[in-house]
Amino acid sequence: MISFQLASTIRLGIKSLMLHKLRSALTMLGIIFGVCSVIAMLAIGEGASYEAQEAIKKLGSNNILLRSVKPAEQARAQGGGQRGSQLKYGLTYLDGARLQTTIPGVLRVLPMRIIRENVRFARNEFPCQVIGTLPSYADVAGAAVLRGRFLCYMDEQHKDNVCVITTGLAQRLFPTDDPLEHSIKIDTFYYRVVGIVQERSQPEQRSQSGKMEGQPLDNNVYIPLSTSRTRFGEVLIRRSAGSFEAEEVQLHQVTVQMRDTSAVETADPQIRSLLDHFHDQNDFEILVPLQLLRQAEQTKRIFNIVLGSIAAISLLVGGIGIMNIMLANVTERTREIGVRRALGAKRRDITRQFLVETVVLSVGGGLIGVVAGVITPFVVSQLSDMKTIVTVWSVVLAFGISGAVGIVFGLYPARAAARLDPIDALRHE
Amino acid sequence: MPAESAIIRIEGVEKRYALGGEADVLALRGVHLHVDPGTYIAIMGPSGSGKSTMLNILGCLDRPSSGSYWLGGDDVSRMPDDQLSEARGLKIGFIFQSYNLIAQLTVIENIQVPLLYQGRDVRLFHQRCVDLARLVGLGDRLGHRPNQLSGGQQQRVAIARSLVNDPLMILADEPTGNLDSRTGTEVLDLIDRLNAGGKTIVLVTHDERVALRAHRVVHMKDGLIDREVVNRPPPVPQ
Repeated sequence: MISFQLASTIRLGIKSLMLHKLRSALTMLGIIFGVCSVIAMLAIGEGASYEAQEAIKKLGSNNILLRSVKPAEQARAQGGGQRGSQLKYGLTYLDGARLQTTIPGVLRVLPMRIIRENVRFARNEFPCQVIGTLPSYADVAGAAVLRGRFLCYMDEQHKDNVCVITTGLAQRLFPTDDPLEHSIKIDTFYYRVVGIVQERSQPEQRSQSGKMEGQPLDNNVYIPLSTSRTRFGEVLIRRSAGSFEAEEVQLHQVTVQMRDTSAVETADPQIRSLLDHFHDQNDFEILVPLQLLRQAEQTKRIFNIVLGSIAAISLLVGGIGIMNIMLANVTERTREIGVRRALGAKRRDITRQFLVETVVLSVGGGLIGVVAGVITPFVVSQLSDMKTIVTVWSVVLAFGISGAVGIVFGLYPARAAARLDPIDALRHE
Repeated sequence: MPAESAIIRIEGVEKRYALGGEADVLALRGVHLHVDPGTYIAIMGPSGSGKSTMLNILGCLDRPSSGSYWLGGDDVSRMPDDQLSEARGLKIGFIFQSYNLIAQLTVIENIQVPLLYQGRDVRLFHQRCVDLARLVGLGDRLGHRPNQLSGGQQQRVAIARSLVNDPLMILADEPTGNLDSRTGTEVLDLIDRLNAGGKTIVLVTHDERVALRAHRVVHMKDGLIDREVVNRPPPVPQ
């Protein structure tokens, strides 16, 4: 009964709005844009922060990353182009051992030597990162072995010339051959390919999107750490136009894997003070993915607030537009209101009628806005290669706000209509 | 008192309008009026005579400043707004000079409007609405909009609309004012037929010839009933 009445009120509301199609459509436009922008903006923000978080998560939330950094003062002192200067800095094997034994909650310490070198097979040659590391790398970094095996302790002990390559590199180096039957040449030595791995993220898609900065992630060659030490030595020489640079770096990166996430926070300052004690210069950096993740979440929150405010303002403007039109509507239909009152309509019937009309306008606009708001991020991600995520809650929120805008901004015109004196209203021309 | 059988019993009704600071204007100055069921009564009077105020009070659109108004045995003179609305919807069928149909609704929907405000399920009353449309000769125009109808047709829709809740009386305000004499006559004939069927009619008009159709003609002047003419005897209430 009640629902039937409501249904007929809604039908009547739509009919009244259809009398002025253009006017109603223009009024709806405000809400459409508002709702659309809420959903689209939140989707873009969500997508951006998702990408950042994924990148950080890839580093592992249980991990603490230590990297060797060329000390700033030294770099400046040597800036005049001194020939043949040798620079010694960075994390050492000893640091790794100290971390393993002193810091509580450490699961394992994974040292890495990262050397940039060209890798060749037959006529194919690509610049790669040659990473000397331990067999536990596969677990810590989450690399999946697709074929063959990863490095093992025998390789490490025997300083074998074996390597594991990433799928992307395998496809490029061996377009026709089976990599596992061949050896690749790095610098002056040959290394037997024993396995192919896939990194945790899908680097291939990322490199295609042309957004990779620095080294391509998937051009990696993994060799035993001991092999890396013997074949490349501790002093790395880099030649550049007319001069060369020699650096002595033992370890480029050390990944400290903690037992659980809670240990990460306490270990961070401990590691810093430990390393500070043994390093005279500031030649390392500590990266805590967990903290980065928190920062990213914080950034996202601020981003959401800013975008949300902008969208809220546009909805507010849309709401004012609705109110304006409804006030005009009430004035225009004063006579009708008088007639309805004479025919037995109570004040609340009039209030309901106009409120329903406003809500029909705003919810109708909201529905169209939701459709537009779901399509827009899709178009944006197609055009600009930006990841967007339309969340359910943003749709619900935007739609809910559009309904609320209808009620809030409809209430005043509806009340104004209901307050009209039936006699004056009937006499209104 | 025979008053209980009366449809309208107005006693000592005054209507005072405050004109901001100045002395109040008395539009009605203690009017008495009894109307029995089945009576066709016309109210006449020049502008400023209190005729419009009388109409508003009779139509429950306004409350008297003092005095009492019983409509079908209920005192409507002190009713709160919501009850007054209900009284209008249930007990009074309005016919206006300018028809006042709702533009966005079809003929049948216009007839249904008063049902809606009494919380009645329109579907159950559909046949009644169709019958009323036939009664006023518009059975074949149910889906038309007011702007597709002539003035006379619109007024007949308004009459059908006024009957849908089976009111105690029909209150017609210059129903032929906007019509040419031929269609005006048709509408008045229709009202005569309703009265012949037992409906109480209160008709406000300027037109002497229109007033001649009523049993009683009440002439108003300066906020009072000046004189009353009985054209023909009203039916005796049972």
